[in-house]
Amino acid sequence: MKTFLDEVNERIDGVPIQRCYHCRKCTAGCPMAFVMEYNPNKVIKMIQMGKKDQVLGSSTIWLCASCETCITRCPNEVDIARMMDVLRQMALESGKAVKEKSVLAFHEAFLSSIKSGGRLNEPMMMVNYKLKSGDLFSDMALGLDMFTKGKLSVFAPKTKDVASVRKIFEKTKTA
Amino acid sequence: MKVSIYPGCSAHGTAKEYSQSIEAVSHALGIETHEIDDWSCCGATSAHSTNYKLSVALPARNLMIAQKKGLDVMIPCAACFNRFKSAQHHLEKDKALRAEVESIIGAKFTDGISIRNPIDIIANDIGLEALGKKVVKKLEGLRPVSYYGCLLLRPPEVCRFDDYENPVLLDKILAACGADVKKWSFKTDCCGGSLSISRTDIVAKMVNKLASMAKEAGANCIVTACPLCMANLDMRADAGLKMPVFYFTELLALAMGLPGPDKWFKLHITDPMPLVQSLKLM
Repeated sequence: MKTFLDEVNERIDGVPIQRCYHCRKCTAGCPMAFVMEYNPNKVIKMIQMGKKDQVLGSSTIWLCASCETCITRCPNEVDIARMMDVLRQMALESGKAVKEKSVLAFHEAFLSSIKSGGRLNEPMMMVNYKLKSGDLFSDMALGLDMFTKGKLSVFAPKTKDVASVRKIFEKTKTA
Repeated sequence: MKVSIYPGCSAHGTAKEYSQSIEAVSHALGIETHEIDDWSCCGATSAHSTNYKLSVALPARNLMIAQKKGLDVMIPCAACFNRFKSAQHHLEKDKALRAEVESIIGAKFTDGISIRNPIDIIANDIGLEALGKKVVKKLEGLRPVSYYGCLLLRPPEVCRFDDYENPVLLDKILAACGADVKKWSFKTDCCGGSLSISRTDIVAKMVNKLASMAKEAGANCIVTACPLCMANLDMRADAGLKMPVFYFTELLALAMGLPGPDKWFKLHITDPMPLVQSLKLM
């Protein structure tokens, strides 16, 4: 039977994460470590120990900002940024509750805007995000300021051949 | 020189001033830009965070359209630049993925065109000397720090155009315009990126640190080449710490005496006019 570690390594398709010797360079350089539930190198150890539910249910995987500082500095070339992408995708496929709901709501609102018009429509995405996240009132004053300044374009041009973009979404669908 | 240009979604919205200033500056420097025909979104952080194949296929659609022209692609937005570079990297390395993406899109992927950032093109192709000759108003009194953020230079084997821990091209470009560029250690630190909306609390802490470090370095403004960094620094820092943030191309246009800066500066949330006027740059 495949272990959690096997599964993660297979999906990363690069350097096996057990090459990590916990020098913690990733954690030292991680701009998000200060808010993460588990530090990046600890996640590696947890995967090795088979703590699948804890890892996939953690805030860490959603708070990673994909800044790629970890992989840039890792002396063993363990691609932690890619590992976080893999873990997020596995968490979604598992169907279990996501710890950082608003982060996922943002990604969903963003992608659904692209699927609908081929390009991101920022104001429509914001409305969609607010409905998905339930966070209705934050940034209202800022939004108004941006709107009056002409920073928000409700009628930004779309991709004409939006069918080709929708096809990409359809054919790459995972869960 | 001739390039294809991929404006990216924010070009029509929150980063209008970047898109308009890059067009103005390109024109003045003799860079002829051709917009990629019927382009679509690169998928940004949201695609690669949730679906790997989607994150490769979305930029690939645009790459395949751009290939027909055969010109290198200039991508001003750091996030789009990163996604294109990354997709190209995966398509070149992974033959099975490449075949699958080709069948989804219904076109062939061919090597040969480069994805370039305007910092790279202006510093290396146009050259600092040629740029300096176009300067009609030196940016005297302006003390910027260069802020690259994450997506222009990482991962290094994919992005490759400047030092990935201490990049210097943007410093040199600004110095060529007469600015007194300040040194600091936060050029490639993260601003929090797309967490701006979903976890504003975290992003505020990150940009507050950047803004206070810029102040400590003696800067009176921050210069970026990324719409996400711009948005976060311009909007999310605490009132007491906020300082003007510019796209580097806005400052190039100002130094080159091109029309537009007055219009672009009005789009900033943190008003840069008091600084610009006190230095008599406008």
